Amino acid sequence: MKVNLKVWRQKNSNTAGKLVEYQLDSISPEMSFLEMFDVLNGELTKKGEEIIAFDHDCREGICGSCSMYINGRAHGPQTGATTCQLHMRSFNDGDTIVVEPWRSRAFPVIKDLMVDRSAFDRVIQAGGYVSVNTGSARDANETPIPRNIADEAMDAAQCIACGACVAACKNASAMLYVAAKVSHLAVLPQGQAESVARAERMVAQMDAEGFGACSFTGACSVECPKSISLDHIARLNREYLGAKLTSTNVQG
Amino acid sequence: MKLESKIPEGPLAEKWSRHKFGLKLVNPSNKRKYDIIVVGTGLAGASAAASLAELGYNVKAFTFHDSPRRAHSIAAQGGINAAKNYQNDGDSIFRLFYDTIKGGDYRAREGNVYRLAEVSVNIIDQCVAQGVPFAREYGGLLANRSFGGAQVSRTFYARGQTGQQLLLGAYSALSRQVTTGKVKLITRTEMLDVVVEGGKARGIVTRNLITGKIESHSAHAVLICTGGYGNVFYLSTNAMNSNVTAAWRAHKRGALFANPCYTQIHPTCIPVKGDYQSKLTLMSESLRNDGRVWVPKTKEDAEKIRKGQLKATDLSEDQRDYFLERRYPSFGNLVPRDVASRNAKYVCDEGRGVASTGLAVYLDFADAIKRDGKKTIEAKYGNLFEMYEKIIDENPYETPMMIYPAVHYTMGGLWVDYNLMTTIPGLYALGEANFSDHGANRLGASALMQGLADGYFVIPYTVGDYLATIGPADKVSVENPTFKEAEQNVISMTERFLTIKGTETVDSFHKRLGHIMWEYCGMSRNAEGLKKAKAMIQDLRKEFWSNVRVMGEGDEMNQSLEHAGRVADFIELGELMVDDALARNESCGGHFREEFQTEEGEALRDDANFTYVAAWQYQGDNKPELLNKESLEFENVKLTQRSYK
Repeated sequence: MKVNLKVWRQKNSNTAGKLVEYQLDSISPEMSFLEMFDVLNGELTKKGEEIIAFDHDCREGICGSCSMYINGRAHGPQTGATTCQLHMRSFNDGDTIVVEPWRSRAFPVIKDLMVDRSAFDRVIQAGGYVSVNTGSARDANETPIPRNIADEAMDAAQCIACGACVAACKNASAMLYVAAKVSHLAVLPQGQAESVARAERMVAQMDAEGFGACSFTGACSVECPKSISLDHIARLNREYLGAKLTSTNVQG
Repeated sequence: MKLESKIPEGPLAEKWSRHKFGLKLVNPSNKRKYDIIVVGTGLAGASAAASLAELGYNVKAFTFHDSPRRAHSIAAQGGINAAKNYQNDGDSIFRLFYDTIKGGDYRAREGNVYRLAEVSVNIIDQCVAQGVPFAREYGGLLANRSFGGAQVSRTFYARGQTGQQLLLGAYSALSRQVTTGKVKLITRTEMLDVVVEGGKARGIVTRNLITGKIESHSAHAVLICTGGYGNVFYLSTNAMNSNVTAAWRAHKRGALFANPCYTQIHPTCIPVKGDYQSKLTLMSESLRNDGRVWVPKTKEDAEKIRKGQLKATDLSEDQRDYFLERRYPSFGNLVPRDVASRNAKYVCDEGRGVASTGLAVYLDFADAIKRDGKKTIEAKYGNLFEMYEKIIDENPYETPMMIYPAVHYTMGGLWVDYNLMTTIPGLYALGEANFSDHGANRLGASALMQGLADGYFVIPYTVGDYLATIGPADKVSVENPTFKEAEQNVISMTERFLTIKGTETVDSFHKRLGHIMWEYCGMSRNAEGLKKAKAMIQDLRKEFWSNVRVMGEGDEMNQSLEHAGRVADFIELGELMVDDALARNESCGGHFREEFQTEEGEALRDDANFTYVAAWQYQGDNKPELLNKESLEFENVKLTQRSYK
């Protein structure tokens, strides 16, 4: 099949970028979207042009590296899938496909389709953990956790930190990302001791990174490749409100 | 070189405890005087960095990813073994040890493997305490499943995303230490050389992948936690960026590389479809608990299926050959990976393979769905089935999955002693990057166990012994000429890539190397093919260095340049793998030499001559490497022919 691509090219964070058009004539519908980019990059190299930079690694939808905004949607037309899980059979012969990087103030472009998502790491560093040193754990079965609770924690913990939620949100809010971590630890007994400080600190860091406010439109959850539910945002709000009412420690 | 494994004296079960007691300690207030570099932030690296920082050491953690959480450990699906015996089904530390050493075809050290089994129980406790949401029973206790090669249920899991959850646990512990300031996290930075001065590892040279800046970092000890080298085959289940560069450059600085030919071919992967394919996707081995592997009994039926004239579901029971159940009645579909993979290859070689390529076998869930209901199967494997459907566009609840073996894990790696130290003092290797615990074949759910054992429970003890011995003053500044020389080395390699300006892409060279490796040094090998491969790799290497095309500049984000450095190292490693496979005139585990097999086609070991670790020593550019042997002693297990009949 043939495709016309319009791809965002930007040399680095200090220069302006623009959409550049490319044509590919012999694409197999069975190729993955990123394999189509491999083909394009091969052709560019042969022509003596610089390849298009993009983040990718596992190519099976779990590492969270890939991050393309395709035809106006984070990770493209499929739901519940990352860019690397998208195949060319989702497009028609002759389609024009526009590919941009994630767009958010908190995710500055590094080059072409590659953005800096280190803000996500800093949000976790602010409190997305249980403070337990290696070696100090008690037997794993000493604290029974009902199966439905463990399942709920797992639903939230599945987040791959790709940033699609931020890219999909008109406010570039990171609420779903933050909520997934807060919720994962808040429902488990292990996370209880720090739940107040965690909610407060992670939300404060999220704000400091320049993510927008949540207006609960639900775009994040729709575009989330792991289909993380909006319920977790509700839980984050509850945790955060509770923390504000009871907190004696931090940020006002 | 004399290889000292430093396996402690004494009864097997007491070795580790005695050894820990014998190790020197660093006084708590002195720990802050030591700097440790950790390269890689997967399970081994993140757990080591977090644990060492908790102890009070100053840690610098490096990853070439944008975040530590992207390391390829994240993709491990199936589970993690631990000898908890929660199921009351006869498991014990000794049994896990025994299964692991037998599964590795008796090519691993008893002492190491026993220690691994011993600390396995602590890993589960630690991970649960971190909030890892393992699967649970209705009563709230942890659930287990059985995994390839084991007759007890000792595998803990978090749906089909166990690696992800364990890595996120380690990542959260690491993040906590970043906040305390004990870990300095350096992302999007790739290690390109180890600096050795006065016979000790003193630090590393790195390239900032965003700016291209070459920098030096010095420390008292360096830990290589950079994973395996499966991507030497181009197509593998490894992530696209997984590479051997850190380990290989350490090797070229004097660290011995052990058993490079031991590669694991995983039986349950999604088959190759076309030339453009960039990677292979694993379907967790846990699927073999409920899925039945089969091909058509006759070539004629198989051919009709390949041509699309017949469907799998058209064949009745007596037209199917459940070849694993037939050949291995007691283990059936749960035979170890190497056995399952080879048998899939045999039936395809006979012309009974399916899919349009003929390079696939069925993994059928129809019986399991009939027995347990679709809901139960969905709960166990839902995300895997979804993943399959996304790639193949077929519904595995209705038609059997198609699978084929693919390169998945490399048992070989940097040679380390019992303390995880390489042959360069102060340089350690952890996790898949070392060779130590899996022998010639790794059992399912053991990789996560080993990565975390090394990082959480071994290195925090053993590194202290070295540091206490050398003292805090024994550190070299980055201004030292050895650092400058290493930096210059890296800079000139970059310049060389950019000035070749050939006609062929890096990717194309990588693919060609992969074809050679898969064809001649893959699932089965023979002397003739290996010799041919060696010549082909040498030619490829010459061509690469004269005709590769790398666009862009050195002082910017340049993915083509990154890839070029990695492929250059893979080509050299490929040749060593071939040498190693050629020198090992026996079959064991993942190393199957066609000349050495039993009448039934099983691997035939030669214990009299090959019960050793092959540790290769670099001798200089284009010179044959020197083979050193570490003899393996077995006091607690009897070497037997592995039988899964």
